[in-house]
Amino acid sequence: MRYYDKLIFELSRPGRSGYSLSLKNRATLGTVRGGTTSEAQWWGPKDVFQGERTAAEGIWREAPLDLPEVSEPDVVRHYTNLSQMNFGVDTGFYPLGSCTMKYNPKINEEVVSLFNGLHPLQPESTVKGARAVLDFMDKALAAITGMKHFTFLPCAGAHGELTGLMLIREYHMSRGDSARTKIIVPDSAHGTNPASAAVCGLDVVVVKSRPDGLVDVEDLKPLLGPDIAGIMMTNPNTLGLFERDIKEIAALVHECGGLLYYDGANMNPLLGVVRPGDMGFDVMHLNLHKTFSTPHGGGGPGSGPVGVSERLVPFFDKPRVSGFHGNFGVIVRACAYILSLGRENIKMAGPLATLAANYIKESLKDCYKLPIESVCKHEFVFDGLLEPNGVTTLDVAKRLLDYGFHAPTIYFPLLFHQALMIEPTETESLQTLDAFIEVMRTIAKEAAEDPEILHGAPHNTPIGRPDETSAARQPVLKYSAE
Amino acid sequence: MGTFAYFPHTEEDIRVMLERAGVSSLDGLYADVPPEFKYKGEYDLPSAMSEEEVRSWFESLVSRNTRLKVFAGAGAYDHYTPSVIPYITSRSEFLTAYTPYQCEISQGTLRYIFEWQTMICALTGLDVANASMYDGPTAAAEAMRMCVACTRKRNTVVASSALLPNVLATLRTYARYSGINLVETWSVAEAVAEGTLDLAGVIVPSINRFGIIESHLGLASLVHEMGGLMVEYCDPSALAVVKTPAEWGADIAVGDGQSLGIPLCYGGPYVGFMACRNEWMRKLPGRIVGQTRDAEGRRAFVLTLQAREQHIRREKATSNICSNESLMALWCTVYLSIMGPEGMRKLNAICYERSHYLHDALLATGKFTDPFEGRQFLKEFALKPLCDVAKLQQALLDAGFFGALSTEEGYVTFCVTERRTPEEIDALVKVVKEAAL
Repeated sequence: MRYYDKLIFELSRPGRSGYSLSLKNRATLGTVRGGTTSEAQWWGPKDVFQGERTAAEGIWREAPLDLPEVSEPDVVRHYTNLSQMNFGVDTGFYPLGSCTMKYNPKINEEVVSLFNGLHPLQPESTVKGARAVLDFMDKALAAITGMKHFTFLPCAGAHGELTGLMLIREYHMSRGDSARTKIIVPDSAHGTNPASAAVCGLDVVVVKSRPDGLVDVEDLKPLLGPDIAGIMMTNPNTLGLFERDIKEIAALVHECGGLLYYDGANMNPLLGVVRPGDMGFDVMHLNLHKTFSTPHGGGGPGSGPVGVSERLVPFFDKPRVSGFHGNFGVIVRACAYILSLGRENIKMAGPLATLAANYIKESLKDCYKLPIESVCKHEFVFDGLLEPNGVTTLDVAKRLLDYGFHAPTIYFPLLFHQALMIEPTETESLQTLDAFIEVMRTIAKEAAEDPEILHGAPHNTPIGRPDETSAARQPVLKYSAE
Repeated sequence: MGTFAYFPHTEEDIRVMLERAGVSSLDGLYADVPPEFKYKGEYDLPSAMSEEEVRSWFESLVSRNTRLKVFAGAGAYDHYTPSVIPYITSRSEFLTAYTPYQCEISQGTLRYIFEWQTMICALTGLDVANASMYDGPTAAAEAMRMCVACTRKRNTVVASSALLPNVLATLRTYARYSGINLVETWSVAEAVAEGTLDLAGVIVPSINRFGIIESHLGLASLVHEMGGLMVEYCDPSALAVVKTPAEWGADIAVGDGQSLGIPLCYGGPYVGFMACRNEWMRKLPGRIVGQTRDAEGRRAFVLTLQAREQHIRREKATSNICSNESLMALWCTVYLSIMGPEGMRKLNAICYERSHYLHDALLATGKFTDPFEGRQFLKEFALKPLCDVAKLQQALLDAGFFGALSTEEGYVTFCVTERRTPEEIDALVKVVKEAAL
């Protein structure tokens, strides 16, 4: 990676342009409204848009439009240079916990463009192919999860959480059960869980984890009552541990009249092994950009379809949470993934992802602190180095970048102070895992012998550690020519 | 094993890994799962397909879609996509990266988001923009929540009935569960002027559901006087020529970036944008990128103001948004770079010219009247049909056109972008003229 210091605005020169528009027919059209308009007249913002129809109401823009003036080659070279300061799954190993950074197949990208020309409001009779993709995905995801139906409107995982919680509220309201305004969220949950609950107008009640990392059923019991709308569970949880008491938890929550929400961010290890619907969950979301291989795009577009059990079927497509049909192009990619794997390979994805995580965990627990000794699922958490010698998890993460790996998720979950959350996925070879393990061991050795090199890491990246404090104190959030 | 393209594991690899993991079989990794929950069936899915079979599967599906010339808008506009854009956005380093948590190896993503924020500020005239929202309607819903958050105890948001139908529908959904009192009205200024509401804000369209460019003269000062915020819902492509949210005095601007060269793609992925005045910066939802320096003084970009966000604040965050639409923000950023200020003005001029040509030609058929005579429009307009709308729509479909969208108010709308040639426009008019309606 090479440091490149331009912004597109700094390449701009007045009079340069990169667009290509068809102007050839202006003569025919220009005469329509009585009299030709000269080129200059049409193209000057004031003259064109305060032409013959003006009602003198001043609805046209007066401020200059400060966009860059650049040629097409400028644009291509600039963004190519920017891309070379970026690290993706195609660049190297990306063991970011809870993000399921698996390989993004290329055929998936190609088939999307086949649907580019379809307007979202076209009548059903003209979009049968697109509807068939959605129907296929509804059935496929139902088969994989044990839910009845899916809505595809949510555009991301957190958006799915919000939609699922709306369904839970709708269910209770339909029964006149309006006192259920609290939702239980484990202390190990993803940050989006409590945030989604708050957006949905629910009060968050936190249930604690036991020392073994699982939801404390004894702590849960006194929380249950007629004001509980439900519980949000991630299973396996963010420590990568299967919530083995789920049967009892489901029974307790249902008994008190609440519903169970399944956070599908950690669905990958369950592919082929367990279906959320069979565990008693009433509503769930999937992250197609995690479990179903669609690219993360530097932070979206994702897709967070929401599946429901029988009792929520009457409500599942009611909340209108996005503009049209959700992120259709992402759904098409996930569909291609399911077709490529087929029933025989999908069921291998979960076990192979789980195998990779356990392999790394067992290979490193003699130099990194494993707070909970247990078979993990797709991910696990180290609580920093066994012998830190002043080296933090942040130092370890930054040093990994020097060695050509993306860092794990750090300082999450909040249960440990030095959390390093590692998720390798099923698409990484043994050689890649071994290379990562070797580097992690090297870093542990460096921590003992030369901690300074870790405090100052990364050393081989386009930039070093930035000054984040001043970025937040004196925010510079857009470009301005000095 | 070793026979599926995305799984690199050989039999020997699996043996080695199982041994290290201390279990004798893959099933042993799930010993903690209660046996009754283990799925013993076979997924009801097709068998694995080769890459070519997948391609054929989609090609045969696509042949069941009808290719139409799009003369419709209503929130999704058929603008041309310069070939540079998919070329750049499909670069693996952009496409296969996660949210830029490790900024030292994510400067590409962080820089283009910073450029996007700058361009959204340029289009709207406002001070600060976030890294993106899911789409326009959800951005409007987040703006509604932001009005409530910025004005503290106030809880009523007045939305114009002239907003796009899908924007209003999304607002209703979010309001219902957030407990916000959403008031819909055709006369926003009057409702505000009554002064009886605990007004948190108003949401009005820049260009409304009938394609009319609205005037908001005096609205901002009225809303501010009543203690609320003004939100304007905008088409960013049109902002190159229509009065900006800043010029109307708005506090927040939202809208959908789709009109900046994103393909229709049956409704998504698109990208929402949100910008506001400096004073509301710390109430913005979602990611924000800021500029700083590293220890050696090099210009660097980072995710900033994260104390607003869900991973820090959990239930006290300004929003639950995490993944947004980063790659689509790149899409729009490249589009605006290619188009530049002149390209955007010319594009709008072409849309204006051709839509007015169609408007006048349709009126000349005698099958419509103009319910909004004298009001300005840019590329989309509404007419009152004097004929059977279902027959009109079918006649257009039969001829390969998608247009004459029905509105709840009994009008039909048409939209003309630069992609519609004069020949296509003439052909559509001919269909309308000759059809027995």
